[in-house]
Amino acid sequence: MAKLTPFTRAFAAAVLGLLWSGAAPAAGDDLATLKAELEALKSDYNNRVQALEQRIKALENVANAAPTAPGAPPLTAAPAAAPGPPAFPEAAPPAPPPTAAGKSSNATAFNPAISMIITGNYNDLSLDPATYRIAGFMPPPEGEGPGDRSFNLGESELTVSANVDPYFFANVTAAIQGDNSIDVEEAYFKTLALNHGFTLKGGRFFSGTGYLNEVHSHNWDFVDQPLVYQAFFAGQLAQDGVQLRWLAPTDYFIELGAEAGSGRSFPGTQRNSNALGSTALFAHMGGDIGDSTSWRVGVSWLQAHSSDRAYQDTDQSGTPVTDAFSGTTRTWIVDGTLKWAPHGDPTHHQLKLQGEYMHRTDDGQLAFDVTGLNLAGPYSSSSQSGWYLQAVYEFIQRWRAGLRYDSMNSGTPSIGLVSTGVLPAAAFPALLPGTPRRTTVMVDWSLSEFSRLRAQYAWDEARAGHELDRQLFLQYIFAIGAHGAHKF
Amino acid sequence: MLRNLRLSIAGALLALLTALPAHAALKVLATTPDWASLLSELGGDKVNVYTATSPFQDVHRVDAKPSLVARARSADLVVATGADLEIGWLPVLLQDSGNTKIQPGNAGYFEAAPLVHLLEVPSAVDRSMGDIHPLGNPHVTLDPRNIATIAKALAARLAQVDAANAAYYAARSDDFQKRWAAATAKWESDAAPLRGVPVVVIHRDQVYLCNWLGLKELAAIEPKPGVPPSAGYLGELVTKLSATPPKIILRNAYNDPKAAEWLAERIHVPVVLLPYTVGGTPEAKDLFSLFDDTIKRLLAGAK
Repeated sequence: MAKLTPFTRAFAAAVLGLLWSGAAPAAGDDLATLKAELEALKSDYNNRVQALEQRIKALENVANAAPTAPGAPPLTAAPAAAPGPPAFPEAAPPAPPPTAAGKSSNATAFNPAISMIITGNYNDLSLDPATYRIAGFMPPPEGEGPGDRSFNLGESELTVSANVDPYFFANVTAAIQGDNSIDVEEAYFKTLALNHGFTLKGGRFFSGTGYLNEVHSHNWDFVDQPLVYQAFFAGQLAQDGVQLRWLAPTDYFIELGAEAGSGRSFPGTQRNSNALGSTALFAHMGGDIGDSTSWRVGVSWLQAHSSDRAYQDTDQSGTPVTDAFSGTTRTWIVDGTLKWAPHGDPTHHQLKLQGEYMHRTDDGQLAFDVTGLNLAGPYSSSSQSGWYLQAVYEFIQRWRAGLRYDSMNSGTPSIGLVSTGVLPAAAFPALLPGTPRRTTVMVDWSLSEFSRLRAQYAWDEARAGHELDRQLFLQYIFAIGAHGAHKF
Repeated sequence: MLRNLRLSIAGALLALLTALPAHAALKVLATTPDWASLLSELGGDKVNVYTATSPFQDVHRVDAKPSLVARARSADLVVATGADLEIGWLPVLLQDSGNTKIQPGNAGYFEAAPLVHLLEVPSAVDRSMGDIHPLGNPHVTLDPRNIATIAKALAARLAQVDAANAAYYAARSDDFQKRWAAATAKWESDAAPLRGVPVVVIHRDQVYLCNWLGLKELAAIEPKPGVPPSAGYLGELVTKLSATPPKIILRNAYNDPKAAEWLAERIHVPVVLLPYTVGGTPEAKDLFSLFDDTIKRLLAGAK
């Protein structure tokens, strides 16, 4: 046998040590562990024999059974539970561990969980949606507002997810849009084995800031997002980056999180820079009050950098121009959610109260008419804020009614080009101070956990001068495929 | 300033971590009161059990509440029914827990249903059939023979995750199995008159009870699993059941009483309220009294 070098010996010892520590969960308990494993093996064997016996018995019973009473429902279907107000499947959960013994191998056995959500609406809008603006707030490039008039195909959301191995879970959600484009909404991996309350997520994912930001559109309680989400995050903030969460080892729910991303999603932009474009911190806390009420509160902070973030406006004579902002946006969010159901059972009645307050500041440069005059000067928003408060109540099984109020305040920005007299304030009509507001009512009906029909009516006064837009929405949401699990 | 902030956050975290009590009893998260009761039979004071749901909750329809995520974080063992019963919320708890021990496939994750023979395994699944479970009917607890099987495996699992107390669990398990076998024999002899008694159920969650006691299930008030009955369907049911009347209508503590009472009035048959799970009635204090009470109520109703 070859002589071992000291290095090889040390390496072998280390490997052996690792193997040893892996094999023995607690030093000194080897015997007990072995005993327990033997016991488990024995019990597993007994169980299998018993299961086989029962199966034989059941087969005999079936063979001897008289036909069921006339009119009795067929015995093939197994029940679950009465559907309450469905929360539609979120990311489909990882597959449960294999349980069925004695099945032959099958190439499709490891197929991931696949689910598809289809949505669509009919919109009746009293004002032209092309003129929609949340007054006083720089619009996101993606646009904002209630969508088009008449029938609209909403997004068809395809989610594919599974555990990768014992260490990672992966999930992809692609939204096929009504205009035939495809958005990668989320495509992320998540660790399962970091332990000690840590979870690392990476890829593209909805940011953990705020409450509603992580909720997929088919799970919203209203057809559209609150105004403040539309103005501050162009609907939803998706990070391309990483997120680390830590859950405190306490009986109360305390969760801390941090995110670092490229900042490609509004209010940031993709930049030609290796630096972080977006950073976020958040903390969540939650618990129960008695057996009927549960709550969660959170506070979040987000900083995003943007470079030449363009938006459409008109100049003082009404000619369309493209302006652009480059700089830093800092946002604070405070959120709170409370759910009440008799004995915590939401099958027949449930009340959900939810509200968020956001505050942000922009600091940087504002360029006027980037394709023409291209004048630039410093820009800083004063403090801009917005909030919404909503209540949704399931008044009878499967029927829910909701009320939401939105309010925003743009403050008066300081525009260098205006204060130095280069341009009049009227050259930036999109930035003239505004106090958008909206009141929304909603009723929805869920025939099962997997289908929902909704009617919504809104008095929208987001435009300058509180010009009233009456908006009626009729919406359908259907979920097919894997039964997903959903967050609080 | 940022440096100070970081320092103070780190300090706070350290303080939190060190303030934790030294490792005491095994922390177990049970999805239902039945498993909690079984755990205290088998684990005694060596386990510290938190029950995720109350007897008046439909276990299929529970939120992944923050309080449950927090409990999953520090659990050494999760005891679930499985067969998709908790599919709407348990996967979220496990994933968000940051706790490797309780991930499916590890010793800290225990599922009961796969250990027993499941009834009503559908040969084909389609959601037009209602909310069916592809793996079979998950409501396995109301057959004491299932409990005996599950208890054996659970005791072995306790010994595996808490090897230091393996002998303790083994002794309690032996004692439990003896008492359980005796109790089962008594329930079976007490319930002999129930054999062949025709019943109507609300939701097909009494299937294992009916199968064990030989109750004859004539119909379910839900036309399809998870689908509430329409007025038309109830009308048809009245016509059918007037011809072949059941002796009793079974209702679980967590079911809405309305449809059962409506039907009971029309066909002049009593509704029997059953605890379904530990705590469902004041008498059902643990697994033993759950079956005592269930059989007592059935016998009283079927008189």
